[in-house]
Amino acid sequence: MLAEWLHPALVLAFGALPLAVLQGRARQVWQLALPLLVLLLVAGLEDGARVTLELAGLELVPLRADGLSLVFAWIFALILVIGNIFALQVDDGAQHVAATLYAASGLGAVLAGDLITLYVFWEVMMIASVWLIWRRRRQAAYNAGFRYLIVHALGGMLLLVGIIAHWQGTGSLAFDAFTAGGAAFWLILAAFLINAAAPPLHAWLPDAYPEATVTGTVFLSAFTTKTAVYVLARGFPGTELLVWLGVFMTLYGVTYAFLVNDIRRLLSYHIMSQVGYMVAGVGLGSALAISGTAAHAFTHILYKALLLMGAGAVLQMTGRSKLTELGGLYRYMPVTFLLYMVGGLSISAFPLFSGFVSKTMIIEAAAVDGRGVVFLLMTLAGVGTFMSTTLKLPWYTFLGHDSGLRPTEAPLNMRLAMGIAALLCFLIGIMPGWLYAILPYPVDYNAYTASHLLKEMQLLLFTGLAFFLLLGVLGGKDKLSLDLDWFYRVPGWRALAGIRNGLAAIDGGARAAFMRRFHAAEAWATHLRLSDWPLRSWPIGSMAIWTAVVLALLLLAGLGG
Amino acid sequence: MMQVTDLMPFIVLLPLIAGPVCALLPGRGLPWLLATLTAGTAFVLAALTLGAVFDGGTLRYAFGNWAPPIGIEYRVDAANAFVALLITGVAAVLLPWGRPLVDHEVPERQGAFYALFLIALAGLLGITLTGDVFNVFVFLEISSLATYALIAQGRDRRALIAAFRYLIMGTVGATFLLIGIAFIYLLTGSLNMADLAERLVASEDSRALQVALGFIVVGFSIKLALFPLHHWLPNAYTYAPSLITAFLAATATKVALYVMLRFIFDVFGPAYSFMALPLSAGFMALAIGGMFAGSWLAILQSNLKRMLAYSSVAQVGYMVLGVSLVTLGGLSAAFLHLFNHGLMKAALFASAGIIAWRCGSVRIDDLRGIGRQMPWTLTAFALAGLSLIGIPPTAGFISKWYLISAAINADQLWLVILILITSLMALVYIARVVEVAWLQPRPDDAPTVTEAPWTLLVPVWLLVAANFWFGLDTRLTVGAATAAAEALAGGGLLP
Repeated sequence: MLAEWLHPALVLAFGALPLAVLQGRARQVWQLALPLLVLLLVAGLEDGARVTLELAGLELVPLRADGLSLVFAWIFALILVIGNIFALQVDDGAQHVAATLYAASGLGAVLAGDLITLYVFWEVMMIASVWLIWRRRRQAAYNAGFRYLIVHALGGMLLLVGIIAHWQGTGSLAFDAFTAGGAAFWLILAAFLINAAAPPLHAWLPDAYPEATVTGTVFLSAFTTKTAVYVLARGFPGTELLVWLGVFMTLYGVTYAFLVNDIRRLLSYHIMSQVGYMVAGVGLGSALAISGTAAHAFTHILYKALLLMGAGAVLQMTGRSKLTELGGLYRYMPVTFLLYMVGGLSISAFPLFSGFVSKTMIIEAAAVDGRGVVFLLMTLAGVGTFMSTTLKLPWYTFLGHDSGLRPTEAPLNMRLAMGIAALLCFLIGIMPGWLYAILPYPVDYNAYTASHLLKEMQLLLFTGLAFFLLLGVLGGKDKLSLDLDWFYRVPGWRALAGIRNGLAAIDGGARAAFMRRFHAAEAWATHLRLSDWPLRSWPIGSMAIWTAVVLALLLLAGLGG
Repeated sequence: MMQVTDLMPFIVLLPLIAGPVCALLPGRGLPWLLATLTAGTAFVLAALTLGAVFDGGTLRYAFGNWAPPIGIEYRVDAANAFVALLITGVAAVLLPWGRPLVDHEVPERQGAFYALFLIALAGLLGITLTGDVFNVFVFLEISSLATYALIAQGRDRRALIAAFRYLIMGTVGATFLLIGIAFIYLLTGSLNMADLAERLVASEDSRALQVALGFIVVGFSIKLALFPLHHWLPNAYTYAPSLITAFLAATATKVALYVMLRFIFDVFGPAYSFMALPLSAGFMALAIGGMFAGSWLAILQSNLKRMLAYSSVAQVGYMVLGVSLVTLGGLSAAFLHLFNHGLMKAALFASAGIIAWRCGSVRIDDLRGIGRQMPWTLTAFALAGLSLIGIPPTAGFISKWYLISAAINADQLWLVILILITSLMALVYIARVVEVAWLQPRPDDAPTVTEAPWTLLVPVWLLVAANFWFGLDTRLTVGAATAAAEALAGGGLLP
């Protein structure tokens, strides 16, 4: 059918070009029409659709639609619509082109049926996304963007070498589950994990995302890590390492989220935490777990975009993004506050909201597998998520003491985008049936059982209770040290605090050591540059001597032997 | 294929004859027109020749009907037809591009300038096509002498010193080559490559032959700017007129590499060369040294043209690394990168030339914010830069793919890591320029620059398009590179 030849990623990539030149109203119309067109194209893709292409003796499959890739294609197209509505008022052509190309590469990657196509889109993704950071136009953003670029270039190269090794080992370029063992397996896994922000390769995410533009962060949160989840689910289902890595990520992200003061950095750490659930789900590998992973990626993109849109709206209207500088905004931005709370309730898996119907699937899959520890740790991370995203952040941003800020409500299109996302979060929460219907494996799963509800409500209510009981302790001057105090006063949390402090110490130590080395290297490089030693032109005599040395060495080695 | 064999020598003869004619032409327009037409015709002939080689194997043409071992013979197989296509193609695209720049940089006596250009072109093509070792030396001197004079035409006074340094080093290289050829001639009494290949087998025990090989390899290593013999290159590329820089960067080192491989693999034979001297280990060490030193120095540069020049040193390292693997895959990768690097460096130096003309400076600090004032030029630079880094779908990606494949096939995984590190370094120095040009604001006191006219942009974008075309359609490049490697290796000698 037609849609097979109109590859959505290509349509999107070419559709991005007019955005560079269109101005004003025309640009806005195109910015809405293009994502809708792509959404239609994705809707037109049938399960099992496949386009093959013979290029230079290699069998390429630029388009492969099946259960797993279609879920991701759907949500990518959907978030593209929402993100573009949110970004409608931004008058920066470069940013729109970058966002659209970025989305195109994400779509291309999840629809890719062979490794070459995947690699091409993978690299385009890197190059397009970095502009969403750079267009913030601040020195900090340039630097963060550069670090982001280097890390992802490294990942891309690992992927390339892995693909070549895989190709030479098996003679196949098809993108299916890899067989364990061998250099190719580990290289490709490492490349995927860099994009999934798995520790210890995670630092780029909380480093770069908070520096991105207000609207760029929304796109960034959706594509890179979720593409990584998709490729992991495609290539490495049932890899035991991923279970533990994922569980570690959920806790790592949550603990770090407690430490930070910047609202968008806090949410970035929660991306890591939520991706942890998906990585663990991939590691579990059962039909329920993979379906849960896909479902969670779907809902996560929606509610995380909603949360970041809320935080972005606050940043846009107040110019501030630190918890200690905000407060009491609900009176001036009530709509933003309410919509943000919908996202907050979704991410903490509150019943009736979308996170509940997907996150519980992964946790349930762990329980079904009989993995008690995994089950408990993931549940624990859920408590932390509720605490910081849904209680702490809104409390210190929208409620709490009055910071004296008097912003107006966010522009209509921003509220509209948040509204659509919130509506979807809520609809999925109350009617999970249609989400379950598009999952890669048919699942017989009901989120709304008495035991699920009871467990989840108990957890959340007691967390909430703890938060409000300790609110007096929490509120005050210096956020970070108070956070620590508070942890020490609650015996049950002592273990968590210990882990967090240990992690912070190791991580901080490693970072400090790295930065010391880095500064030393930088000083050395500056010294070299100032002294001009490596840059000076060599005298002719020394050039001739080098020639003689090379000849002498060559002949000595050859004739002496 | 009788016809093509007869036409093939004119690839060299046309520019050689047109050169002196050009020197006599008055004014500015006519010499340029003649040079462009000559390069264009040579390009068509080179394309026909490559087609004929694909169809019918080696083409041979004996000059003056003197039978080969005595007379001079042109011998064209896939390897040199491929290189000739690159040289003529780059010249044919760059000449239309370079006219306003030459008007700006060499306002006087342009007849002589274009004459020298044509003679340098003829010299490079002669080295490529000839089947006679002494003829190689003669053409090498022809092209080198013309090149020294061309570099000295740069507007900066330092161009004179750069040309002088290149002259000294180039002469050392040519002398080494002559010494090596003399040894061979004394041993065999022949100068014809094919004939030598047969006769040298008898003197394989001779020390003199080993020494000859050493002199020839080191002599060519100077010409191809193999680290640490590259010191003539950065200054020469920085201060030469823009047209000359772009042309030399895309062709001169490539020709030297090709002809060195011709000596090692055809005249001496790989079995002898790599056994008689530790060439594999030596090439590998120097290639890695070049990759790192070149990339690192490129990062440190504050001058755009010099940065690209050091990047060339690093890229030569990739090609030589491919050779040092001594496998068919490695040799193919070297040839492939030889061609692709010619394309990307031509595009990069061509856009750098436009920048130099419009801005009056190539200091990277002076380029702040020009991205918005010269969007087409800087976009071309960035896209060609993607090819240099090796991002798909560009020609550079294809090179990297085949080089990494060859390294993995040869069980040298550690080389892959080194290749990856140096391509990350390439990302750093290209991204630095992009960042300065696009992301930093134009200082208030900086002069406003305007975009170049389309006559310059079209050739540059043609080169950029070629970088993408050969990244997508690799039939020509990979096919020719593989055929070239097979032609050189003579079949079956390599593992």
